[in-house]
Amino acid sequence: MICVFAQTTNVKESIVRGKKVYDKVCLSCHMSDGGGVPKMNPPLIQTDYVLGDKKKIIYIVLHGMSERVPIEDEYYSNNMAPHADLNDQQIADVLTYVRNNFGNKADAVTVAEVKAVRNPIKKK
Amino acid sequence: MKKIIFLLFAGMSIGLTKANVVDPVKTKKNNSADNAGLTLPSGFVATKIADGLGSTRHIAISPKGKIYTKINYNKRSKYQNGILLLKDLNGDGIYDTAFAFGNFSGTGICIRNGYLYASSDEEVFRFKLDENDQVINPNQPEKIITGLISRHEHEAKAITLDYAGNIYVNIGAYSNACQVEDRKKGSPSMNPCPILDSAGGIWKFKADKLNQTYSDGVRYATGLRNVVGLDWNTATNSLFVMQHGRDQLHDLFPELYDTKQSAELPAETMYELHQGSNCGWPYIYYDHLVNKEIIAPEYGGDGKKSTTQYQAPVIAFPGHLAPNGLLFYTGNQFPEKYKNGAFIAFHGSWNRAPEPQEGYYVVFVPFKNGKPNGPWEVFAKGFAGKDLIESTRQADHRPCGLAQAPDGSLYVTDDSKGTIYKISYSGK
Repeated sequence: MICVFAQTTNVKESIVRGKKVYDKVCLSCHMSDGGGVPKMNPPLIQTDYVLGDKKKIIYIVLHGMSERVPIEDEYYSNNMAPHADLNDQQIADVLTYVRNNFGNKADAVTVAEVKAVRNPIKKK
Repeated sequence: MKKIIFLLFAGMSIGLTKANVVDPVKTKKNNSADNAGLTLPSGFVATKIADGLGSTRHIAISPKGKIYTKINYNKRSKYQNGILLLKDLNGDGIYDTAFAFGNFSGTGICIRNGYLYASSDEEVFRFKLDENDQVINPNQPEKIITGLISRHEHEAKAITLDYAGNIYVNIGAYSNACQVEDRKKGSPSMNPCPILDSAGGIWKFKADKLNQTYSDGVRYATGLRNVVGLDWNTATNSLFVMQHGRDQLHDLFPELYDTKQSAELPAETMYELHQGSNCGWPYIYYDHLVNKEIIAPEYGGDGKKSTTQYQAPVIAFPGHLAPNGLLFYTGNQFPEKYKNGAFIAFHGSWNRAPEPQEGYYVVFVPFKNGKPNGPWEVFAKGFAGKDLIESTRQADHRPCGLAQAPDGSLYVTDDSKGTIYKISYSGK
């Protein structure tokens, strides 16, 4: 019971910290409502990128995105810069915030999950 | 009293329900009373002559009044073609249907000498027009330019032509500030900027030669980050362009620019170009508050250090408004002050966040003897549909392309909903 409470509080705290990261680092392109900019910066509202495989979205935050790939059949022209200068906690927090805001509801992203994408274990 | 019939396209609400539209005899509505939602100077009226067309970018109107618009389309678009010839079958002034052709997306379109020119993000095509200005062979355009760089950012190839057989093409820089890693805080900018050899400028080609590549053309002007609005000014016989200034001064240099400064700077700038013009991107940006070319922070600038080594703009506007259309007015319908002046369609900002966004209007700059002759003024506003826009997608409509009809009316496209506005002077 106490474990569950601690976990829920941790997620809540992660979201609060994550909003600060979003406002400082992400908002200028993805906008205060997560809506992005038509045909330039993708939205973060219930897209399969945001709600899907966490490794993919962690990778994008770390490495940026400059490929011309459709996001729900639309193309977005601007390049997204890499943000590897954010630490694992900041990335976990901002992604947890995004996945629980803008109409999104999804499980949290953890520090361990971010670490695994940043420093993948080399397979022999 | 002329009754106007409206047909709804993409569920656009203008006070009619779908049921009314199905029976066109029943309900007629004249929307000129509210000027299609726009606020205009006294004596002007506006109507929506088409709606729901998709992402209508630039527009060209032929000498016989045929309206062609270039559209960007994807899998979900209403039209799966890149050019629309609008049709008003019953002559009521509403273009409720279109002939769609051209299997390439893109922005640029221009009519010159009996040809319709249109661009994708890599190529420019042309279609011969018949004596009624209809496209003769819509399935077989001539490819006149190919191989233009398109690397994701600033890929739209806006075009215009002079009256001497030349076509001018914007090749936008695939970069914000010529950094090694685009838009990444701390990534240095390249010096010299290698992008300029094949992008970040205007290239000039022949209007009637097939399959031209870079080696057949000439770099007409350089140091222009991205130009979407451009026009050949017949009063000065020269090319005028509007540049989209760089973004993210605060994101990249928070120690030099706070969010308010970053929202206002740099200016959007208008240039009169000649062969060899160098407008300074990425090395400088223009600060309209002090009227100076400021050294870009990536190149050692501190927000104040300035230079005069590049071409100065003829007029500068507040930052990030996104000038997507430019038109020098040559008609006789509007009052005398508008003759040879410039209309600019400002698409509306995104990079002002967290400050409120700006733009989403058409402005006018009076000209005399080929130069601006007074301050710019907002000519048509209300496209956004609301006063406060914080997130760009909140804007209902975003003005993009401009064209002048043979009768002197001004047409404005909106690439958000595919609405086309006609603005006329009624004198009342």
